[in-house]
Amino acid sequence: MTNKTNTDAKPVAGSIFSQGLDWVDARFPLSSNIKAHLTEYYAPKNLNFWYFFGGLSLLVLVLQILTGIFLTMHYKPDAMLAFASVEYIMRDVPWGWLLRYMHSTGASMFFVVVYMHMFRGIIYGSYRTPRELIWLFGVGIFLCLMGEAFFGYLLPWGQMSYWGAQVIVNLFSAIPFVGPDVSEWLRGDYLVSDATLNRFFAFHVIALPFVLVGLVAAHIIALHEVGSNNPDGIEIKKLKDKKTGIPLDGIPFHPYYTVKDIVGVVVFLMVFSTIIFFAPEMGGYFLEANNFVPANPLVTPAHIAPVWYFTPYYSILRAVPPFPGVGFLGIPPSLFPGVAAMGLSVLVFALLPWLDKSPVKSIRYRGRLYKQWLAAFVVSFIVLGYLGTEPSNVWGQFGPWLGNAERATVVARIFMLVYFAFFILMPWYTKKDKTLAVPDRVTG
Amino acid sequence: MKISIKLGLSVLSVLSALLFAQHALANAAVHLDKAPIDASNHESLQRGARTFVNNCLNCHSANYMRYNRLLAIGLTEKQIKDNLLFAGEKVGDTMKVALNPEEAKKWFGVAPPDLSVEVRARGADWVYSYMRAFYRDETSTTGWGNCVFDPVSCKVSMPHVLYQLQGEQIMNHETHQLELSKPGKLAPAEYDALVGDLTNFLAFMAEPAKQQRNHLGWIVLLFLSVLLVLTYKLKKAYWKDIH
Repeated sequence: MTNKTNTDAKPVAGSIFSQGLDWVDARFPLSSNIKAHLTEYYAPKNLNFWYFFGGLSLLVLVLQILTGIFLTMHYKPDAMLAFASVEYIMRDVPWGWLLRYMHSTGASMFFVVVYMHMFRGIIYGSYRTPRELIWLFGVGIFLCLMGEAFFGYLLPWGQMSYWGAQVIVNLFSAIPFVGPDVSEWLRGDYLVSDATLNRFFAFHVIALPFVLVGLVAAHIIALHEVGSNNPDGIEIKKLKDKKTGIPLDGIPFHPYYTVKDIVGVVVFLMVFSTIIFFAPEMGGYFLEANNFVPANPLVTPAHIAPVWYFTPYYSILRAVPPFPGVGFLGIPPSLFPGVAAMGLSVLVFALLPWLDKSPVKSIRYRGRLYKQWLAAFVVSFIVLGYLGTEPSNVWGQFGPWLGNAERATVVARIFMLVYFAFFILMPWYTKKDKTLAVPDRVTG
Repeated sequence: MKISIKLGLSVLSVLSALLFAQHALANAAVHLDKAPIDASNHESLQRGARTFVNNCLNCHSANYMRYNRLLAIGLTEKQIKDNLLFAGEKVGDTMKVALNPEEAKKWFGVAPPDLSVEVRARGADWVYSYMRAFYRDETSTTGWGNCVFDPVSCKVSMPHVLYQLQGEQIMNHETHQLELSKPGKLAPAEYDALVGDLTNFLAFMAEPAKQQRNHLGWIVLLFLSVLLVLTYKLKKAYWKDIH
């Protein structure tokens, strides 16, 4: 063995690789960035299961962009051709069915991992000082993602695509004064049509992806500026090794979290592949049966429901009673309260950093009161989500003693109140909550 | 810990209540018989293809389905040409019909829909039940009713194309059951088998890549399982000093 074995992280001085790296480093901060974001970015050593979902969100984003590029090569954004071009991709484009299922499953899985990621942020207080901006960028990403999903869902030009877009764009017409003009401007026509399909395609493949990628970059830059939170909600930068300046509870992101995240990626891919290869429709939750019927402006489906990831907010929209109007003042009846409530139910997440007054960040050190409120919120989110997939008469009606009200609507109203109470009452119950003492070091 | 168990239990109980509610609703709708779907049964698929091309493909197109896709169910190019191409089509053509949709709308009230992805839109069980649920209804314009198509009115625009095979059924309005009043060329069990093959073929046509998809799925999962073991061991090796 005359050759030098290179086990050191640093390339051997004078080797062709190291010369190349020096050349680049003199012109671009490559090595310093690798250090700052990977090999010398110190993450808490106690990150658990919940911390897989940020990286997985990034993975799904990349998969969506890559599969999207190839789908765009074969898809026709034209009301006469769109439906057929999707079937062409499914049948005649080599591996087209795989690309399409990866993209359609990716859309739903994006929301799965992002909801898990957001839930992580909530239970461990990751939105608290000094991470408010990370959270706000995250809310921006979430809004962008909702836009991407909505615009993208029109593209297959099936019945659900068409009527879903019709319903959502019509919501804007409930905005007082400017509403009807706004919804016409969004559609580019008096009803959802070829013009709408073309602009939604432009938003879906160019406008929103740009914003999304920009926000993701900002999200990560802000994270690496302040450092990762952890399940104990302790700032590891407070206790550093006196000599090296490295946090005592910190370990380099690479290799520790890269090797750990790869395991998470493989498990995720197993779930992802199981859906793609064995149940791409997911029982109608990921690909709705009615969307295999071409869009028909003359036939309204009996039941229009958004895809599962929008249903909690859709439930809130339906649950709020319309404004009856004030006859003698000439104010007409309006659906605006429901639309406003739906908008608020999404935007209210942005206020979390300022609503939470607890002295501790993590659920591990919070008291009973907070945990009960969080449980109530999770249950209401799931119940509202389920009810949004069903027609509002799914559970029948109450008797005359409740004015024959639809049971599901009454239930949705109760859980909607719980949903908003979780946020509105947060300053009160987080202050009143009996918290535990937080240790100095992470507990694993 | 206690709280999280409580939370888990309450979420579970709510979810199971919701699932039951959904089940009850599905049962309240019209009863559908289970379609005998078997994508690996090439003989059944070939019989279904023949029934489809001979009977359905006069009014209903399958515009996204190419004839040479039938190679995948064991037919040869020559068999496709000799048995299934009647109007000078090429094997690479899609299954089009000459019927003009405008005129069809005048005749039937609605243009016959393209059937390429019908099974994905309505489900195989629906197609299987629908094709066996026609009965004589003198009050309807075509002379036929079908309660699977529209459980409320039992009206349907399509006449019973296969009535010579099935015979004629009538609705017993007391029991709400269909009864065979005039036998057809096929015994009831034979007719059910014919519709079963037809449904099997329509299911194949709705997603020709499905078999390849399922097959590939096992290979991908096997690969990922091996990768999982390796990556997990790698992670353990790196993390052995972290406490």
